[in-house]
Amino acid sequence: MTQLLLLAAALVLLTVLAGLWRVLRGPQRADRLMAAQLLCTGGIAALLLVAAAYGIEAIVDVALLLALLGAFTSVAFVMAARLVGSR
Amino acid sequence: MTAGLLFDLMMALAVLGTAAWTLAARTQFAAVIGFVATGLLLSLVWVRLGAVDVALTEAAIGAGATGVIILYVVARLRGGTAEISAATPSRAQRALAALLAVAVGGVLALAVLNLPDPAPSLAEAALAGSAPLGLGNPVSAVLMAHRGLDTLLESVVLVFAVLAVWSMAADHRWGGAPGPVFRREESGPLSLLARVLPPVGIVVGIYIAWVGADAPGGKFQGGTILAAMWILPWIAGLARPPSITDWRLRLMIAAGPLTFLCVGLAGFAVADGFLSYPPSFAKPLILLIEAAMTLSVAAALACLIAGPPERRLPPESMAADRR
Amino acid sequence: MSVVIGIFSAVCVLAGAFFFLAGTVGLIRFPDTLSRVHALTKADNLGLGLIVLGLLPLASGAGVALKLVLIWALVLVGGATAAQLIGAAAAKDER
Repeated sequence: MTQLLLLAAALVLLTVLAGLWRVLRGPQRADRLMAAQLLCTGGIAALLLVAAAYGIEAIVDVALLLALLGAFTSVAFVMAARLVGSR
Repeated sequence: MTAGLLFDLMMALAVLGTAAWTLAARTQFAAVIGFVATGLLLSLVWVRLGAVDVALTEAAIGAGATGVIILYVVARLRGGTAEISAATPSRAQRALAALLAVAVGGVLALAVLNLPDPAPSLAEAALAGSAPLGLGNPVSAVLMAHRGLDTLLESVVLVFAVLAVWSMAADHRWGGAPGPVFRREESGPLSLLARVLPPVGIVVGIYIAWVGADAPGGKFQGGTILAAMWILPWIAGLARPPSITDWRLRLMIAAGPLTFLCVGLAGFAVADGFLSYPPSFAKPLILLIEAAMTLSVAAALACLIAGPPERRLPPESMAADRR
Repeated sequence: MSVVIGIFSAVCVLAGAFFFLAGTVGLIRFPDTLSRVHALTKADNLGLGLIVLGLLPLASGAGVALKLVLIWALVLVGGATAAQLIGAAAAKDER
Protein backbone atom coordinates (compact mmCIF):
# COMPACT_ATOMS: atom_id res chain seq x y z
CA MET A 1 0.00 0.00 0.00
CA THR A 2 2.79 2.40 0.91
CA GLN A 3 4.41 1.88 -2.47
CA LEU A 4 1.13 2.45 -4.25
CA LEU A 5 0.43 5.70 -2.38
CA LEU A 6 3.93 7.00 -3.11
CA LEU A 7 3.53 6.04 -6.74
CA ALA A 8 0.23 7.92 -6.92
CA ALA A 9 1.86 10.97 -5.26
CA ALA A 10 4.67 10.95 -7.82
CA LEU A 11 2.14 10.55 -10.62
CA VAL A 12 0.03 13.50 -9.46
CA LEU A 13 3.09 15.70 -8.98
CA LEU A 14 4.48 14.80 -12.38
CA THR A 15 1.18 15.70 -14.03
CA VAL A 16 0.79 19.07 -12.34
CA LEU A 17 4.44 19.87 -13.04
CA ALA A 18 3.63 19.26 -16.69
CA GLY A 19 0.75 21.69 -16.21
CA LEU A 20 3.30 24.36 -15.28
CA TRP A 21 3.82 24.65 -19.01
CA ARG A 22 0.69 26.83 -18.95
CA VAL A 23 2.38 29.19 -16.49
CA LEU A 24 5.18 29.57 -19.01
CA ARG A 25 3.02 29.79 -22.08
CA GLY A 26 0.04 31.80 -20.90
CA PRO A 27 -1.15 33.42 -23.10
CA GLN A 28 -3.61 35.10 -20.74
CA ARG A 29 -3.06 35.84 -17.09
CA ALA A 30 -6.01 33.58 -16.34
CA ASP A 31 -4.12 30.63 -17.85
CA ARG A 32 -1.07 31.23 -15.65
CA LEU A 33 -3.30 31.56 -12.60
CA MET A 34 -5.03 28.28 -13.41
CA ALA A 35 -1.75 26.40 -13.71
CA ALA A 36 -0.62 27.78 -10.34
CA GLN A 37 -3.92 26.70 -8.81
CA LEU A 38 -3.57 23.24 -10.30
CA LEU A 39 -0.07 23.04 -8.82
CA CYS A 40 -1.54 23.97 -5.42
CA THR A 41 -4.27 21.32 -5.59
CA GLY A 42 -1.83 18.73 -6.89
CA GLY A 43 0.60 19.61 -4.11
CA ILE A 44 -2.19 19.12 -1.56
CA ALA A 45 -3.05 15.72 -3.06
CA ALA A 46 0.60 14.64 -3.09
CA LEU A 47 1.09 15.78 0.51
CA LEU A 48 -1.97 13.84 1.68
CA LEU A 49 -0.75 10.72 -0.14
CA VAL A 50 2.75 11.02 1.35
CA ALA A 51 1.30 11.67 4.83
CA ALA A 52 -0.78 8.48 4.56
CA ALA A 53 2.14 6.49 3.11
CA TYR A 54 4.55 7.35 5.93
CA GLY A 55 1.94 7.91 8.66
CA ILE A 56 3.19 11.44 9.44
CA GLU A 57 0.20 13.46 10.62
CA ALA A 58 1.96 16.83 10.58
CA ILE A 59 2.09 16.73 6.78
CA VAL A 60 -1.73 16.83 6.73
CA ASP A 61 -1.46 20.22 8.46
CA VAL A 62 0.72 21.52 5.62
CA ALA A 63 -1.97 20.39 3.18
CA LEU A 64 -4.64 22.09 5.33
CA LEU A 65 -2.69 25.35 5.30
CA LEU A 66 -2.19 25.12 1.52
CA ALA A 67 -5.92 24.49 1.02
CA LEU A 68 -6.85 27.61 3.01
CA LEU A 69 -4.22 29.95 1.65
CA GLY A 70 -4.53 28.57 -1.88
CA ALA A 71 -8.14 29.73 -2.04
CA PHE A 72 -7.19 33.11 -0.57
CA THR A 73 -4.23 33.58 -2.90
CA SER A 74 -6.22 32.76 -6.05
CA VAL A 75 -8.91 35.27 -5.09
CA ALA A 76 -6.41 37.94 -4.06
CA PHE A 77 -4.66 37.47 -7.41
CA VAL A 78 -7.81 37.87 -9.45
CA MET A 79 -8.76 41.00 -7.52
CA ALA A 80 -5.27 42.45 -7.90
CA ALA A 81 -5.43 41.64 -11.61
CA ARG A 82 -8.57 43.78 -11.79
CA LEU A 83 -6.63 46.65 -10.21
CA VAL A 84 -3.77 46.24 -12.70
CA GLY A 85 -6.20 46.31 -15.61
CA SER A 86 -5.76 44.08 -18.62
CA ARG A 87 -2.08 44.12 -19.43
CA MET B 1 15.77 3.84 -4.15
CA THR B 2 16.63 4.95 -7.67
CA ALA B 3 12.98 5.91 -8.15
CA GLY B 4 13.25 8.16 -5.09
CA LEU B 5 16.44 9.69 -6.44
CA LEU B 6 14.81 10.29 -9.80
CA PHE B 7 11.87 11.95 -8.05
CA ASP B 8 14.20 14.23 -6.04
CA LEU B 9 16.07 15.17 -9.19
CA MET B 10 12.77 16.05 -10.86
CA MET B 11 11.72 18.26 -7.94
CA ALA B 12 15.10 20.02 -7.86
CA LEU B 13 14.92 20.68 -11.60
CA ALA B 14 11.34 21.98 -11.27
CA VAL B 15 12.36 24.42 -8.50
CA LEU B 16 15.35 25.67 -10.50
CA GLY B 17 13.24 25.87 -13.65
CA THR B 18 10.44 27.95 -12.11
CA ALA B 19 13.01 30.17 -10.36
CA ALA B 20 14.85 30.83 -13.62
CA TRP B 21 11.59 31.47 -15.41
CA THR B 22 10.51 33.93 -12.69
CA LEU B 23 13.67 35.95 -13.36
CA ALA B 24 13.18 35.81 -17.13
CA ALA B 25 9.41 36.47 -17.20
CA ARG B 26 8.44 39.36 -19.43
CA THR B 27 5.47 40.77 -17.50
CA GLN B 28 5.43 41.49 -13.80
CA PHE B 29 2.23 39.54 -13.28
CA ALA B 30 3.75 36.41 -14.84
CA ALA B 31 6.86 36.80 -12.69
CA VAL B 32 4.75 36.88 -9.51
CA ILE B 33 2.93 33.70 -10.55
CA GLY B 34 6.30 32.05 -11.17
CA PHE B 35 7.45 33.21 -7.74
CA VAL B 36 4.40 31.66 -6.06
CA ALA B 37 4.87 28.39 -7.98
CA THR B 38 8.52 28.29 -6.86
CA GLY B 39 7.42 28.81 -3.24
CA LEU B 40 4.87 26.01 -3.50
CA LEU B 41 7.44 23.60 -4.93
CA LEU B 42 9.95 24.64 -2.25
CA SER B 43 7.51 23.80 0.52
CA LEU B 44 7.08 20.32 -1.02
CA VAL B 45 10.87 20.01 -1.04
CA TRP B 46 10.99 20.93 2.65
CA VAL B 47 8.46 18.18 3.41
CA ARG B 48 10.62 15.75 1.44
CA LEU B 49 13.60 16.82 3.59
CA GLY B 50 11.59 16.12 6.75
CA ALA B 51 11.45 19.79 7.83
CA VAL B 52 7.67 20.14 8.20
CA ASP B 53 7.98 23.33 10.28
CA VAL B 54 9.89 25.04 7.49
CA ALA B 55 7.45 23.66 4.91
CA LEU B 56 4.55 25.28 6.77
CA THR B 57 6.38 28.61 6.95
CA GLU B 58 7.37 28.51 3.28
CA ALA B 59 3.81 27.67 2.22
CA ALA B 60 2.29 30.40 4.42
CA ILE B 61 4.77 33.24 4.11
CA GLY B 62 6.90 32.35 1.09
CA ALA B 63 4.19 31.33 -1.35
CA GLY B 64 1.08 32.90 0.21
CA ALA B 65 1.73 36.23 1.92
CA THR B 66 4.83 37.35 0.00
CA GLY B 67 3.24 36.51 -3.35
CA VAL B 68 0.17 38.61 -2.56
CA ILE B 69 2.31 41.49 -1.22
CA ILE B 70 4.41 41.59 -4.40
CA LEU B 71 1.31 41.40 -6.57
CA TYR B 72 -0.31 44.39 -4.86
CA VAL B 73 2.94 46.27 -5.34
CA VAL B 74 2.66 45.47 -9.05
CA ALA B 75 -0.94 46.71 -8.97
CA ARG B 76 0.19 49.99 -7.41
CA LEU B 77 2.90 50.52 -10.00
CA ARG B 78 0.28 51.01 -12.71
CA GLY B 79 0.58 54.26 -14.53
CA GLY B 80 3.72 55.50 -12.82
CA THR B 81 6.06 54.72 -15.73
CA ALA B 82 8.58 57.38 -14.75
CA GLU B 83 8.74 56.12 -11.18
CA ILE B 84 9.17 52.53 -12.34
CA SER B 85 12.04 53.34 -14.67
CA ALA B 86 13.65 55.49 -11.98
CA ALA B 87 13.43 52.64 -9.47
CA THR B 88 14.52 49.91 -11.89
CA PRO B 89 18.17 48.99 -11.29
CA SER B 90 20.58 49.48 -14.18
CA ARG B 91 22.08 46.58 -16.13
CA ALA B 92 25.36 46.89 -14.21
CA GLN B 93 23.58 46.85 -10.84
CA ARG B 94 21.64 43.77 -11.84
CA ALA B 95 24.79 42.02 -13.06
CA LEU B 96 26.48 42.84 -9.75
CA ALA B 97 23.50 41.50 -7.79
CA ALA B 98 23.51 38.31 -9.86
CA LEU B 99 27.27 37.90 -9.31
CA LEU B 100 26.82 38.35 -5.56
CA ALA B 101 23.94 35.86 -5.45
CA VAL B 102 25.94 33.28 -7.45
CA ALA B 103 28.95 33.78 -5.16
CA VAL B 104 26.92 33.33 -1.96
CA GLY B 105 25.10 30.33 -3.44
CA GLY B 106 28.37 28.78 -4.61
CA VAL B 107 30.05 29.19 -1.21
CA LEU B 108 27.00 27.70 0.51
CA ALA B 109 26.97 24.74 -1.88
CA LEU B 110 30.72 24.20 -1.28
CA ALA B 111 30.18 24.32 2.48
CA VAL B 112 27.38 21.75 2.29
CA LEU B 113 29.42 19.45 0.05
CA ASN B 114 32.42 19.65 2.40
CA LEU B 115 30.49 18.86 5.59
CA PRO B 116 32.11 16.04 7.57
CA ASP B 117 30.12 12.82 7.77
CA PRO B 118 28.19 12.71 10.07
CA ALA B 119 27.51 16.44 9.95
CA PRO B 120 27.94 18.36 13.21
CA SER B 121 24.52 18.80 14.80
CA LEU B 122 22.95 20.45 17.81
CA ALA B 123 19.76 18.41 17.34
CA GLU B 124 20.51 16.14 20.32
CA ALA B 125 21.05 19.14 22.62
CA ALA B 126 17.88 20.86 21.37
CA LEU B 127 15.87 17.68 21.87
CA ALA B 128 17.21 17.26 25.41
CA GLY B 129 16.49 20.92 26.19
CA SER B 130 12.88 20.90 25.04
CA ALA B 131 11.58 18.35 27.55
CA PRO B 132 12.11 20.52 30.69
CA LEU B 133 10.18 23.36 29.01
CA GLY B 134 7.15 21.12 28.47
CA LEU B 135 7.36 21.53 24.69
CA GLY B 136 7.06 18.50 22.45
CA ASN B 137 8.28 20.33 19.35
CA PRO B 138 12.05 20.92 19.54
CA VAL B 139 11.80 23.63 16.85
CA SER B 140 9.51 25.68 19.11
CA ALA B 141 11.90 25.10 22.04
CA VAL B 142 14.79 26.49 20.00
CA LEU B 143 12.76 29.48 18.78
CA MET B 144 11.27 30.40 22.14
CA ALA B 145 13.98 29.46 24.65
CA HIS B 146 17.42 28.53 23.32
CA ARG B 147 17.50 31.24 20.66
CA GLY B 148 14.77 33.45 22.12
CA LEU B 149 16.70 36.65 21.35
CA ASP B 150 16.58 35.96 17.60
CA THR B 151 12.83 35.44 17.71
CA LEU B 152 12.35 38.61 19.78
CA LEU B 153 14.29 40.64 17.22
CA GLU B 154 12.33 39.06 14.37
CA SER B 155 9.09 40.09 16.01
CA VAL B 156 10.33 43.67 16.39
CA VAL B 157 11.32 43.72 12.71
CA LEU B 158 7.66 43.11 11.79
CA VAL B 159 6.62 46.27 13.67
CA PHE B 160 9.28 48.31 11.87
CA ALA B 161 8.16 46.88 8.53
CA VAL B 162 4.62 48.09 9.18
CA LEU B 163 5.95 51.53 10.17
CA ALA B 164 7.99 51.67 6.97
CA VAL B 165 4.95 50.82 4.84
CA TRP B 166 2.75 53.36 6.63
CA SER B 167 5.36 56.07 6.23
CA MET B 168 4.90 55.73 2.45
CA ALA B 169 1.45 57.29 2.78
CA ALA B 170 0.84 60.70 1.26
CA ASP B 171 0.35 63.38 3.94
CA HIS B 172 -3.31 64.01 3.18
CA ARG B 173 -4.09 60.29 3.45
CA TRP B 174 -2.59 59.83 6.89
CA GLY B 175 -5.21 58.43 9.21
CA GLY B 176 -7.05 56.69 6.40
CA ALA B 177 -7.72 53.01 5.96
CA PRO B 178 -4.89 50.92 4.48
CA GLY B 179 -5.10 49.38 1.05
CA PRO B 180 -6.85 49.98 -2.24
CA VAL B 181 -10.62 50.44 -2.37
CA PHE B 182 -12.58 47.40 -3.48
CA ARG B 183 -16.13 47.51 -4.72
CA ARG B 184 -18.63 45.96 -2.33
CA GLU B 185 -19.82 42.60 -3.66
CA GLU B 186 -23.26 41.94 -2.26
CA SER B 187 -23.75 38.65 -4.04
CA GLY B 188 -21.69 36.34 -6.21
CA PRO B 189 -18.91 33.89 -5.55
CA LEU B 190 -16.47 36.28 -3.89
CA SER B 191 -18.89 37.46 -1.23
CA LEU B 192 -19.83 33.84 -0.54
CA LEU B 193 -16.18 32.89 -0.07
CA ALA B 194 -15.54 35.95 2.10
CA ARG B 195 -18.42 34.88 4.36
CA VAL B 196 -17.77 31.12 4.44
CA LEU B 197 -13.98 30.89 4.57
CA PRO B 198 -13.04 33.16 7.54
CA PRO B 199 -14.94 31.22 10.26
CA VAL B 200 -13.21 28.01 9.20
CA GLY B 201 -9.90 29.74 8.59
CA ILE B 202 -9.82 31.42 11.99
CA VAL B 203 -10.27 28.06 13.71
CA VAL B 204 -7.54 26.51 11.55
CA GLY B 205 -5.22 29.47 12.16
CA ILE B 206 -5.59 29.22 15.93
CA TYR B 207 -5.17 25.44 15.68
CA ILE B 208 -1.90 25.77 13.72
CA ALA B 209 -0.58 28.32 16.21
CA TRP B 210 -1.65 26.19 19.20
CA VAL B 211 -0.32 22.88 17.91
CA GLY B 212 3.13 24.48 17.46
CA ALA B 213 4.04 23.56 21.05
CA ASP B 214 4.00 19.85 20.30
CA ALA B 215 3.98 19.45 16.52
CA PRO B 216 5.02 21.47 13.48
CA GLY B 217 3.18 24.81 13.45
CA GLY B 218 3.39 28.00 15.43
CA LYS B 219 2.75 31.72 15.60
CA PHE B 220 4.07 32.78 12.20
CA GLN B 221 2.18 30.13 10.25
CA GLY B 222 -1.04 30.51 12.28
CA GLY B 223 -0.77 34.29 12.21
CA THR B 224 -0.47 34.29 8.42
CA ILE B 225 -3.70 32.33 8.09
CA LEU B 226 -5.46 34.73 10.45
CA ALA B 227 -4.16 37.70 8.44
CA ALA B 228 -5.47 36.17 5.20
CA MET B 229 -8.88 35.57 6.78
CA TRP B 230 -8.96 39.18 7.98
CA ILE B 231 -8.10 40.54 4.53
CA LEU B 232 -10.60 38.43 2.59
CA PRO B 233 -13.69 40.49 3.64
CA TRP B 234 -11.72 43.69 2.83
CA ILE B 235 -11.09 42.44 -0.70
CA ALA B 236 -14.77 41.55 -1.10
CA GLY B 237 -15.68 45.02 0.15
CA LEU B 238 -17.75 43.50 2.97
CA ALA B 239 -15.68 45.01 5.76
CA ARG B 240 -13.49 48.07 6.05
CA PRO B 241 -9.93 47.84 7.35
CA PRO B 242 -9.39 49.87 10.53
CA SER B 243 -7.80 53.30 10.30
CA ILE B 244 -4.05 53.24 10.88
CA THR B 245 -4.54 55.69 13.73
CA ASP B 246 -6.87 53.27 15.52
CA TRP B 247 -5.22 52.51 18.88
CA ARG B 248 -6.64 48.97 18.90
CA LEU B 249 -4.86 48.13 15.65
CA ARG B 250 -1.62 49.64 16.93
CA LEU B 251 -1.92 47.73 20.21
CA MET B 252 -2.47 44.47 18.31
CA ILE B 253 0.66 45.04 16.23
CA ALA B 254 2.78 45.88 19.26
CA ALA B 255 1.31 43.30 21.68
CA GLY B 256 3.58 40.42 20.71
CA PRO B 257 6.98 42.12 20.92
CA LEU B 258 5.88 43.97 24.09
CA THR B 259 4.80 40.76 25.83
CA PHE B 260 7.99 39.05 24.71
CA LEU B 261 10.11 41.94 26.02
CA CYS B 262 8.26 42.12 29.36
CA VAL B 263 8.63 38.38 29.96
CA GLY B 264 12.27 38.65 28.92
CA LEU B 265 12.94 41.51 31.35
CA ALA B 266 11.08 39.67 34.12
CA GLY B 267 13.68 36.95 33.64
CA PHE B 268 16.18 39.19 35.50
CA ALA B 269 13.99 39.09 38.60
CA VAL B 270 12.61 35.55 38.67
CA ALA B 271 15.12 33.51 36.65
CA ASP B 272 18.73 33.51 35.46
CA GLY B 273 18.58 36.68 33.36
CA PHE B 274 17.20 38.22 30.19
CA LEU B 275 14.83 35.89 28.30
CA SER B 276 15.22 32.96 30.67
CA TYR B 277 12.13 31.38 32.12
CA PRO B 278 11.61 30.09 35.67
CA PRO B 279 11.47 26.29 35.19
CA SER B 280 8.05 25.78 36.78
CA PHE B 281 6.41 28.54 34.70
CA ALA B 282 8.19 28.03 31.40
CA LYS B 283 5.30 26.52 29.46
CA PRO B 284 2.56 29.03 30.48
CA LEU B 285 4.90 31.96 29.82
CA ILE B 286 5.85 30.59 26.38
CA LEU B 287 2.17 30.07 25.57
CA LEU B 288 1.42 33.66 26.63
CA ILE B 289 4.13 34.99 24.32
CA GLU B 290 2.99 32.73 21.48
CA ALA B 291 -0.62 33.92 21.82
CA ALA B 292 0.34 37.59 21.79
CA MET B 293 2.76 37.02 18.92
CA THR B 294 0.11 35.23 16.85
CA LEU B 295 -2.13 38.28 17.19
CA SER B 296 0.71 40.63 16.27
CA VAL B 297 1.85 38.59 13.28
CA ALA B 298 -1.74 38.50 12.00
CA ALA B 299 -2.24 42.27 12.38
CA ALA B 300 1.20 43.18 11.01
CA LEU B 301 0.95 40.90 7.98
CA ALA B 302 -2.56 42.13 7.20
CA CYS B 303 -1.26 45.72 7.27
CA LEU B 304 1.77 44.78 5.15
CA ILE B 305 -0.41 43.11 2.52
CA ALA B 306 -2.96 45.94 2.48
CA GLY B 307 -0.20 48.54 2.14
CA PRO B 308 -0.15 52.24 2.99
CA PRO B 309 -3.46 54.12 3.40
CA GLU B 310 -4.88 55.02 0.00
CA ARG B 311 -8.13 56.65 1.04
CA ARG B 312 -9.32 58.93 3.74
CA LEU B 313 -12.26 57.79 5.79
CA PRO B 314 -15.31 60.05 5.55
CA PRO B 315 -15.62 62.10 8.77
CA GLU B 316 -18.91 60.55 9.88
CA SER B 317 -17.55 57.00 9.65
CA MET B 318 -14.53 58.00 11.70
CA ALA B 319 -16.84 59.34 14.36
CA ALA B 320 -18.74 56.07 14.22
CA ASP B 321 -15.46 54.20 14.72
CA ARG B 322 -14.70 56.19 17.84
CA ARG B 323 -18.04 55.51 19.39
CA MET C 1 -12.36 -7.07 5.10
CA SER C 2 -9.07 -5.21 5.13
CA VAL C 3 -8.35 -6.51 1.64
CA VAL C 4 -11.62 -5.01 0.42
CA ILE C 5 -10.77 -1.66 2.05
CA GLY C 6 -7.29 -1.81 0.54
CA ILE C 7 -8.67 -2.40 -2.93
CA PHE C 8 -11.24 0.37 -2.44
CA SER C 9 -8.50 2.82 -1.37
CA ALA C 10 -6.21 1.83 -4.23
CA VAL C 11 -8.96 2.20 -6.83
CA CYS C 12 -10.07 5.60 -5.47
CA VAL C 13 -6.51 6.96 -5.24
CA LEU C 14 -5.63 5.82 -8.74
CA ALA C 15 -8.90 7.21 -10.12
CA GLY C 16 -8.08 10.53 -8.42
CA ALA C 17 -4.63 10.55 -9.99
CA PHE C 18 -6.29 9.86 -13.35
CA PHE C 19 -8.49 12.94 -12.97
CA PHE C 20 -5.42 15.04 -12.24
CA LEU C 21 -3.93 13.69 -15.45
CA ALA C 22 -7.13 14.46 -17.35
CA GLY C 23 -7.32 17.98 -15.87
CA THR C 24 -3.72 18.71 -16.80
CA VAL C 25 -4.14 17.38 -20.33
CA GLY C 26 -7.20 19.61 -20.66
CA LEU C 27 -5.31 22.60 -19.28
CA ILE C 28 -2.56 22.09 -21.82
CA ARG C 29 -4.57 20.98 -24.85
CA PHE C 30 -7.89 22.86 -24.73
CA PRO C 31 -8.05 25.67 -27.27
CA ASP C 32 -9.34 28.63 -25.24
CA THR C 33 -9.19 29.96 -21.70
CA LEU C 34 -12.78 29.31 -20.69
CA SER C 35 -12.67 25.62 -21.64
CA ARG C 36 -9.38 25.35 -19.76
CA VAL C 37 -11.17 26.62 -16.62
CA HIS C 38 -13.58 23.75 -17.15
CA ALA C 39 -10.74 21.21 -17.29
CA LEU C 40 -9.09 22.64 -14.18
CA THR C 41 -12.13 22.28 -11.93
CA LYS C 42 -12.33 18.57 -12.75
CA ALA C 43 -8.89 18.04 -11.22
CA ASP C 44 -9.76 20.22 -8.21
CA ASN C 45 -13.08 18.63 -7.38
CA LEU C 46 -12.97 15.04 -8.56
CA GLY C 47 -9.23 14.36 -8.46
CA LEU C 48 -8.67 15.55 -4.92
CA GLY C 49 -12.10 14.28 -3.84
CA LEU C 50 -11.39 10.73 -4.96
CA ILE C 51 -7.94 10.75 -3.37
CA VAL C 52 -9.43 11.99 -0.08
CA LEU C 53 -12.14 9.32 -0.32
CA GLY C 54 -9.48 6.67 -0.85
CA LEU C 55 -7.38 7.90 2.08
CA LEU C 56 -10.30 8.11 4.54
CA PRO C 57 -10.26 4.39 5.48
CA LEU C 58 -6.49 4.62 6.01
CA ALA C 59 -6.75 7.60 8.39
CA SER C 60 -5.30 6.89 11.84
CA GLY C 61 -8.14 8.59 13.70
CA ALA C 62 -11.31 10.65 13.50
CA GLY C 63 -9.29 13.88 13.74
CA VAL C 64 -7.24 13.12 10.67
CA ALA C 65 -10.33 11.97 8.75
CA LEU C 66 -12.07 15.24 9.65
CA LYS C 67 -9.07 17.22 8.42
CA LEU C 68 -9.08 15.29 5.13
CA VAL C 69 -12.74 16.11 4.51
CA LEU C 70 -12.17 19.73 5.56
CA ILE C 71 -9.28 20.06 3.10
CA TRP C 72 -11.45 18.79 0.29
CA ALA C 73 -14.30 21.13 1.26
CA LEU C 74 -11.91 24.10 1.38
CA VAL C 75 -10.46 23.29 -2.04
CA LEU C 76 -13.98 22.88 -3.41
CA VAL C 77 -15.23 26.25 -2.23
CA GLY C 78 -11.95 28.02 -2.97
CA GLY C 79 -11.54 26.41 -6.38
CA ALA C 80 -15.13 27.12 -7.38
CA THR C 81 -14.83 30.78 -6.40
CA ALA C 82 -11.48 31.19 -8.12
CA ALA C 83 -12.81 29.47 -11.27
CA GLN C 84 -15.77 31.89 -11.38
CA LEU C 85 -13.55 34.93 -10.93
CA ILE C 86 -10.94 33.68 -13.37
CA GLY C 87 -13.65 32.95 -15.92
CA ALA C 88 -15.11 36.43 -15.52
CA ALA C 89 -11.66 38.00 -15.80
CA ALA C 90 -10.86 35.92 -18.89
CA ALA C 91 -14.14 36.86 -20.55
CA LYS C 92 -13.40 40.52 -19.88
CA ASP C 93 -9.85 40.25 -21.24
CA GLU C 94 -11.12 38.70 -24.45
CA ARG C 95 -13.62 41.45 -25.11
